[in-house]
Amino acid sequence: MSAILEIADVSRSFGGVQAVQKVSVDIPRGEIMSIIGPNGAGKTTVLNMISGFYHPDHGRILLEGTDITHLAPSEIAKLRVARTFQNIALFSGMTVLDNLMLGRHVLMKSGVLSSFIYWGLAQREEVAHRKRVEDLIDFLKIQDLRRRPTGSLAYGLRKRVELGRALALDPKILLLDEPMGGMNQEEKEDMARFILDVNEEWGTTIILIEHDMGVVMDISDRVAVLDMGLKIAEGKPDEVRVNPAVVKAYLGETKTSEVRHG
Amino acid sequence: MADRHDLSTLPRLLLRNAREFPRRAAMREKDRGIWQSWSWHDYHGQVRDFALGLAALGFTRGDRLSVIGDNRPRLYAAQLAAQCLGGVSVPVYQDSIARELAYIWSHADVSVIVAEDQEQVDKVIALRDELPHLRWVVYDDPRGMLAYKFDWLKSFADVQAAGRERAAKDAGLLEREIAQGKADDVAFVCYTSGTTGSPKGAMITHTNAIATARMAMASEDFRIDDDYLAYLPMAWVGDAFYTLVMSLYVGFTINCPESPETVQRDLRELGPTQLLAPPRIWENMLTGVLIRANDAGPLKRRVFEYFRRVAEQLEILRADGKPIPLGLRITYALGQFFVYGPVRDQIGLRRTRFALTGGAPLGPDTFRFFRAIGVNLKQVYGSTETTGLVSLQPSAEANPTTVGRPCEGVEVKIAERGEVLVRSAGIFRGYLKNEEATREVIDAEGWFHTGDAGFVDPRGHLVVIDRAKDVGAVADGTPFAPQFIENKLKFSPYIREAVAFGHERPFVTAMIAIDMNTVGTWAERRSLPYTSYMDLSQKPEVGGLLREEIAKINETLPEATKIRRFLLLTKDLEADDAEMTRTRKVRRRYVAEKYAPVIDAFYTKETEVELTSSVTYEDGRTATIKSRARIEDVETREPAHA
Repeated sequence: MSAILEIADVSRSFGGVQAVQKVSVDIPRGEIMSIIGPNGAGKTTVLNMISGFYHPDHGRILLEGTDITHLAPSEIAKLRVARTFQNIALFSGMTVLDNLMLGRHVLMKSGVLSSFIYWGLAQREEVAHRKRVEDLIDFLKIQDLRRRPTGSLAYGLRKRVELGRALALDPKILLLDEPMGGMNQEEKEDMARFILDVNEEWGTTIILIEHDMGVVMDISDRVAVLDMGLKIAEGKPDEVRVNPAVVKAYLGETKTSEVRHG
Repeated sequence: MADRHDLSTLPRLLLRNAREFPRRAAMREKDRGIWQSWSWHDYHGQVRDFALGLAALGFTRGDRLSVIGDNRPRLYAAQLAAQCLGGVSVPVYQDSIARELAYIWSHADVSVIVAEDQEQVDKVIALRDELPHLRWVVYDDPRGMLAYKFDWLKSFADVQAAGRERAAKDAGLLEREIAQGKADDVAFVCYTSGTTGSPKGAMITHTNAIATARMAMASEDFRIDDDYLAYLPMAWVGDAFYTLVMSLYVGFTINCPESPETVQRDLRELGPTQLLAPPRIWENMLTGVLIRANDAGPLKRRVFEYFRRVAEQLEILRADGKPIPLGLRITYALGQFFVYGPVRDQIGLRRTRFALTGGAPLGPDTFRFFRAIGVNLKQVYGSTETTGLVSLQPSAEANPTTVGRPCEGVEVKIAERGEVLVRSAGIFRGYLKNEEATREVIDAEGWFHTGDAGFVDPRGHLVVIDRAKDVGAVADGTPFAPQFIENKLKFSPYIREAVAFGHERPFVTAMIAIDMNTVGTWAERRSLPYTSYMDLSQKPEVGGLLREEIAKINETLPEATKIRRFLLLTKDLEADDAEMTRTRKVRRRYVAEKYAPVIDAFYTKETEVELTSSVTYEDGRTATIKSRARIEDVETREPAHA
């Protein structure tokens, strides 16, 4: 079991706020790793540092041994690290199909001119990419939505399309920022199923940030817990569930009668 | 070797097609957004490989194989493969709840189940302990199946690979198996959902199937280059008859939609040349057209409305055999260009030479609408026990009231109490493991008792009024056929389901389930906020809307059977709650029992009633929901004499 991604001693502050402090996590290849924690624990910051939106003040991030700490988001995408966003980021005026095709953009080789002429290479390339996108459409069971503008879709479906767009990159690592936020139970179950299937079918490593503890505990291989920018626990779901530091972070001190809601 | 001229079983028809027109398309499936096809040669190869694979798993003559899933070429091939080995196909409704599936699979001693995907395999796994005869489960779509490690579970591809290995050792095996098949072997056991009691398995032999195909050919213009869209449940006799009998007999192409959600679009893309649809689909299509017409700009809407009236006028004249004035003809031709053609194109019926509706009566206005815009829609009558076909309307005599002329080779007679009796080579062998029920419906002279009340009109067309046992009379003796009234109600775009009561009662009442789509749109148009079906159905405004609709319908009903009181249900009638059959026919007795307090309230002075409805989820869990519903009175012109 080798780590595909190593996060080593990473810190990041915004002004006076220390969002993440000296966090180290190794993400094993082919596993589903969840990062959980109360609001403001620094989960999304970690994700943003992996995908290159922020750069850490200290520490390093290694992808398969290569330092990616200071690469731009587009360069990290080229290394096939894909992500979804907490607040869906799709082109709402474009169709589902176009959004997914766009997800393959970084894999396309033909330049502007040959694309414009659209003959030979560019055409062959488009057909190959479209084939892959059709596989994803089939995988996500959104055949009926191909031509629908994403803006007209229900929230749960937009989340699904966003997952599709991330998958269109054929990612080695898939970063999911609250993929089930704001969903009803049935949509959550569907999404959990898709995440498991992605992991099983393509062996994709998945890093998941999620609030719904039930889902996290059900589908994760490993869980890391952050609180106030610090990593307070890491391990298998069953170990983490009973870890006193985690219970404290989520429920507050046992002495106080007040319960903090995450 | 099988005798080339012997075409008495379905597998022999497959051999003939693969031999005589190997390159013609047999099956198409829309996959990855593209229509992929199997020629008859390919289809034969798929069936052969799967059949020999089944043989390697120990499947043998008389064994039963069940399929569960959406319409998929491989699930059809699996059924035919079982028949090649002298086995029986038992298709089931994929939306059945666990209890129904367990009943059918164990009752039919099914030994192999071919499931479409993980979702269906999960259902089988949950029930496996109740199915002692089940030996193998085969899945088509491998997605998500990696983690399932059971030695009784195989993929479709693995079974076919085993079949190819078998074929390499013994090339003539399949042909020998097919040659052993007899015309009197049972080909299908189709479970009738039945409006009463447990489902019964109707045994249909190869003789029944092929005789019925011959009857259909004699009455209708089926062609080898026809395209048919297979989107109805595989367990419905109508789908089995089309896809596994007619297609093999005639040689036309079966097309499978990409997914149940894309049917509408696939229909339009394909433009099938013939279509079979139950009334519900026609009603949905019409509702869809009307909603879109309503949403269009005022000019378009008025053009649509104008030409719709023109077409309906012309259709009424045409149906009555009256001459059509020249002016009307010219306007109609104009409408053809501006409205009818484009509408037909939008709903995917532009190439359709004939379209059939059956399974239940279709509202005359819906019927007339489709004929008016140029769809050759006709009524067909049949049931599982008659292999799906008794009578059919000739194109020139299509009309909304009859179900057509009995097909060639079908004898029809009306018994006492008006019950329709049928005798033909298509009448099924009997119910599986249920001699008693078989004796009840097939008498000593071979007449099948349909249970429908009807008569033969002067033209020789059969007319079906209602289920024989449901026809009653209101207190003053006027005959009362509940279905007749319900069909009138259901033609209203705002009404999805209706159940009428009135037998031995002073007047007629109805429970109504509104159509969430159309009533919802209506409410939105009026800025009327609502949250759920329950909430919407109990809005006083919605009550008012339905009261007006019913008053309109009452004008077409005889005085004694006008609807005086009604109630809007707080939930739709559902097959999962056993209120309807899977083919969406109301289970009248069950509903009458379940809603007994409502019926009592109708005939007292109550104005409100508590509804306790138990809801059954797909996994079999139940929940109870209590709600209150208002009883509405319909004013009638003359005072009610009760």
